[in-house]
Amino acid sequence: MKSRPGFVLEVDKSTPPILVWHGEGFKLQKMPVDSRIVYPKEPIEPLDNPDAAILEALNNPVGDSKPLSELLFPSMKLTIAFDDISLPLPPMEAPDNRQRVIEAVLTLAAEKHVEDVVLIAALALHRRMSDAELKHALGDRVYNSFAPHKLLFQHDAEDPDNLTYLGKTDHGEDVEINKRAAESDLIVYVNINLVSMDGGHKSVATGLSSYRSLKHHHNVKTMQHSTSFMDQSNSELHSSNWRIGRYLADQGIKIFQIETTLNTNTFPKQFSFLQKREWEWTLKDRLSFTSVSKSLEVTPFGLKNSIFNSIKAPHRLTSVQAGEVEAVHKITTENVYEQQIVHVESQSDILSLGLPYISPYNVNSIMNPILVACLGLGYFFNLYKGKPLVRKGGVVIMSHPTPLAFHPVHHPSYIDFFDQVLTETKDPLEIQTNYEEKFAFDPWYRHLYRKSNAYHGVHPFYMWYWCAHAFDYVGKIIIVGGDRKAVKRLGFLCATTFNDALEMAQDTVGNTPSIVHFHVPPLAIAEVS
Amino acid sequence: MTKDYLKNKKIAITGATGFLGTALVERLLTLSDTCELYLLVRPGQKVTATDRVLKEIIKNDCFNSLRSRLKDDFMRVVSTRVFALAGDVGIDTLGLSENDLKLLSDCDIVIHSAAAVSFDAPLDQAVEINLLGPTRVLQTLQFAKDKFANDKPVHFTAVSTAYVSGGLRGLVKEMLPNDDPNLLEINIDAEIQYAKTLRQDLEIRSRSKEMIDNFEKQAKHQLGAAGKPILVKKSESLRQDWIKNSLVEAGIKRAQMLGWPDAYAYTKCLGERLLISNINSEYLSIVRPSIIESSLKFPYPGWIRGFRMAEPIIISYAKGLLKEFPGVPEGTIDVIPVDLVVDTIIGVCMRTELPKTPEVIHCASGHRNPLKYGMLVKLVQEYFTQNPLYDNQGQPIVVPKWSFPGRGRVQGQLHKTVNILNKTEHLLGRIPLRGSAAQFITNLEEKKLLTQRALTYVELYGAYTETEAIFAVENLLELKKSLGDAGDLLLDPNEINWTRYVQEIHLPSIIKHARVKTSPTKKDGNQRSQRALKQILSDNRQMAVFDLENTLVASNVVDAYAWLATRHLDGFQKSKLIADLVKSSKSLWAQDRKDRSDFLRFFYRNYENATYDSLAYDSVELLTDFLIKRSFPAGISRVRQHRQLGHKTLLITGALEFIVDPFKDLFDDIVSATMTVDNAGKLTGELDNLPPVGEIRAQIIKEYADSNDIDLKESVAYADSTSDLPMLEAVGFPVAVNPETKLYSLANKRGWHIESWPKTPKGRRAYLPVYNSKESNSPFIQTKNALKEAVSNSINYIINSTK
Repeated sequence: MKSRPGFVLEVDKSTPPILVWHGEGFKLQKMPVDSRIVYPKEPIEPLDNPDAAILEALNNPVGDSKPLSELLFPSMKLTIAFDDISLPLPPMEAPDNRQRVIEAVLTLAAEKHVEDVVLIAALALHRRMSDAELKHALGDRVYNSFAPHKLLFQHDAEDPDNLTYLGKTDHGEDVEINKRAAESDLIVYVNINLVSMDGGHKSVATGLSSYRSLKHHHNVKTMQHSTSFMDQSNSELHSSNWRIGRYLADQGIKIFQIETTLNTNTFPKQFSFLQKREWEWTLKDRLSFTSVSKSLEVTPFGLKNSIFNSIKAPHRLTSVQAGEVEAVHKITTENVYEQQIVHVESQSDILSLGLPYISPYNVNSIMNPILVACLGLGYFFNLYKGKPLVRKGGVVIMSHPTPLAFHPVHHPSYIDFFDQVLTETKDPLEIQTNYEEKFAFDPWYRHLYRKSNAYHGVHPFYMWYWCAHAFDYVGKIIIVGGDRKAVKRLGFLCATTFNDALEMAQDTVGNTPSIVHFHVPPLAIAEVS
Repeated sequence: MTKDYLKNKKIAITGATGFLGTALVERLLTLSDTCELYLLVRPGQKVTATDRVLKEIIKNDCFNSLRSRLKDDFMRVVSTRVFALAGDVGIDTLGLSENDLKLLSDCDIVIHSAAAVSFDAPLDQAVEINLLGPTRVLQTLQFAKDKFANDKPVHFTAVSTAYVSGGLRGLVKEMLPNDDPNLLEINIDAEIQYAKTLRQDLEIRSRSKEMIDNFEKQAKHQLGAAGKPILVKKSESLRQDWIKNSLVEAGIKRAQMLGWPDAYAYTKCLGERLLISNINSEYLSIVRPSIIESSLKFPYPGWIRGFRMAEPIIISYAKGLLKEFPGVPEGTIDVIPVDLVVDTIIGVCMRTELPKTPEVIHCASGHRNPLKYGMLVKLVQEYFTQNPLYDNQGQPIVVPKWSFPGRGRVQGQLHKTVNILNKTEHLLGRIPLRGSAAQFITNLEEKKLLTQRALTYVELYGAYTETEAIFAVENLLELKKSLGDAGDLLLDPNEINWTRYVQEIHLPSIIKHARVKTSPTKKDGNQRSQRALKQILSDNRQMAVFDLENTLVASNVVDAYAWLATRHLDGFQKSKLIADLVKSSKSLWAQDRKDRSDFLRFFYRNYENATYDSLAYDSVELLTDFLIKRSFPAGISRVRQHRQLGHKTLLITGALEFIVDPFKDLFDDIVSATMTVDNAGKLTGELDNLPPVGEIRAQIIKEYADSNDIDLKESVAYADSTSDLPMLEAVGFPVAVNPETKLYSLANKRGWHIESWPKTPKGRRAYLPVYNSKESNSPFIQTKNALKEAVSNSINYIINSTK
């Protein structure tokens, strides 16, 4: 079956209510006549034989690179780095892309009698993964052959003994990466490229680096100049990572990049109605929507959260390419666009978003107000090429319960950021200047990042910087159905219903605004002309 | 005029620090420019009699008008005309010095107004002061006059009470007890002897085994495992309370048996009789006021000192707390303003012709100008309807309408309420509740206290609202007549306009004194706690000490053990271990409640033969899965706040060292239990030293503070249960965190800051404290977890909705 492309629906009287995500649940929302809905492309056909495709890619690298087997030799130091729990979303059904690719790489290494092999989860400043999460990403075979022998590491950006400082780029950016990686004869980096932002030089330059290095591109100025960071050609975030990546190559760090793309088959069968167009729902879809949403209404939060976190996505591999970083990434990006690009004509006054239960930073965890802001204004707002879906000075309406809750293990510094920083100011630049270092160097956060499963002390700041472009651009932000206290602290407005939110938008965009609703997930990227 | 009568008179006064005495001193100084006052005042442990005179009498607002009239001269007048005699009415010869005896012997007039006025004084104390006191003062006077060979005539005026007449109905004449035809012969010496022996008896009985067991049980019930020193202190104070209460009860019983409403009237009456039988050459007047209340005119309308009998009742009524009060509406409630009593005493003393035989003068309103009880209630009700008090929400309080039931019925109802509340409290007290549930029990306790207080009022004062005696005031009117032109004395009860007195003088005055809310401003309970928090987080604090279990982390040593122990076990072994733990949980709990340190020693034997290294390794996982997931994030952030403020932070816990080790970066220092390790690196199950719990914590933080140059008075301590009382009491700023019932109620009473820190959303306490790898992919585990979560959620929901 060939997948149908994404398209923009003009709402008329006959358009049924459409499905809008609302945290751990969803609702049907009647959109005003003449508003537009951006529907993503249907999942494209996956590769028939993924393992064969992977082997093919390893043997036929792109760009200036020899096949992997020719880069391997017995006495070498080989480091295989891989993306962490933030990818893909939701976590995919086993076998994970990482498992398939790493098994293939290890088979080649074994054939070449490489003995010194180490696996590193490229955490950057993310939380450490649990054993179960590692096992799921790598598969039992890989996990059991490495973990018990202490050859499976999680990158520790706060371990001075395991970092190597390599100097500065011509833009003055400090370059510091994982010591084992820096000292290896070859780094094989295994990516999952869920969106166009992922991969490329960002893999090593960000995933295996430290705060000292990261702060050169994870800051307000960079984010304000990335329009958007989903579009590498217009992303300062990527320019900086590319400079660092090239500097690494100049220093003789050898990277064999493997990137994989997925289709957008995001939810298992029982939730299939989530990725169908509403007017095409069958009776069964209607029934399952009603039963699922009704039972979610009466389910306590903890259980709902567990249910959603147990969802494993039936994503399938659509492409794999290996070799030199930039060449690989160019093809990858095209493949991502192939699945995700939807053409949209002209901007609207109002952008409407339904925010789901998951973001890159709360897998097996819970959403908190800062993550809600970041998911809506950092990620979904930036899913564009060219121009944002909403006009400058327009209104963004997001739907999410935004509970005032934080995961104590995963997001300890978020609590203090929310209570101590956002109470003083919401201005990203002011926050960066006055508070960032205090959190970044806090010994307790450092302890929790290194020994527990906490995001780094500075991570909530990055979430806020991610929103900086939207803060600059948008005139008003409204959250429908959010916790009032939490929404107020974020500096947004809180509305009870979507229609109330439209009323509240009036003094910014007038009483006949144009409205666009971005129907995600599954993910799409809007090319706005 | 009045001045002339009192010219150069030397007047000795006892009980000058009291309500009546203070007014008397002021009035005498105001009326005469020359009389000298000798005040018999008991010196305190640290203050001299003179200091007490200045502080407790002269500084009182009673002297405001005199002070402003004399301006700079005031203190000179005081120092030249008011003298303190250091003495005590409770001991023979009053304990006066030679010099003071001389001064006393020189006096022309002695006014004895010292009394134990409380209606529920212990019997022996009432006997000592009210019965023996007057005679003792008289005998000391006689002794002093003999000693200094002074035969100047002395006028002895004793203040008694109109209620010495007991339960008589109808008109009560002003006659000496001996002239009373209804007089019951009572052997006064035997009464005195009985009261004195009773205390000794009670002292002995309170030391019996059963009683001691009972006191200890009660102390434990109230304070839990608070540690030996505190429990010892509590038991002893319970014993003393018991003796006191038994003496009070014995006093009331004996008095009522003989026909008086309470021990006050009973001892006062016997005091009069003893005094009369000891009179030699002195002239004796006995002034018997009825219920003395705030002044009508002097020193200013509405002056009152301290809360007397009617005030607490009126305030409780105005607050809507006293729903019913017994009384006969057509009966007379005999109230007399204090200035009328003062002037009667002065009038009695300034006559030129002294009484040949002992005389009695009633100072009461019932005969001339009766105030009916029903009218008083109506006036009070009217007043509070127009000028309501306000509750904490700023809402006016509607006063109840009394239906004048019999005393028995009100008592019965109140008794029933107290009983029900007692039972509920006892039942709930057995359930380990925290936070808002504990608050509920504390509220219940407060309700019980209020009801008990109402019951006390009814029992003690009910008799006064039901008396049907009218006190004749013929002698008083005679006195007024005999003084003739001394028109500026306030002697005639007819001068009282009751409506004006109650509504414009008395009630406004007592409302001012009671500091109750008379305006609808909202009193924000938060403000108090905000202020407390500000103090706790002030730069001036030096150290913050934290308890661990249930203060920072919702868990305990058994949980931690079970978690560690099951971490490496398979399903079957795991179930067996849990079953064993559950089986022993009841006895473990009982032991913990008895003595925490014994419990820890016993329980920690479980660790015997565990390898230290593997436990230390597991402690990393423990940080995430056990300490942080079950932590109160607000608690963790409080520790950090203290640290940022530069306060020293100390964790003090009975948990084992390797369990709290992951918390070492959070605190400046950790004091925990440590276990000995044998040569093979295995734990022995024995502790190195005393576990830091109970009173040992207080010692540890004292030592810690000393060696770090920290002032404990400037330090904060956080804990959740009464077993931490010694530590909480040792610091200047104790904080009760999610307190269990006993601590909640204590903290509430003592005004300690109470924090309620919520658990983490993902960190609900597991009902079986075992390790489980939650992220496991097996559908079985997932279903099990989901089910468990569902069950625990519904249980939480039920608990929450029933609160």
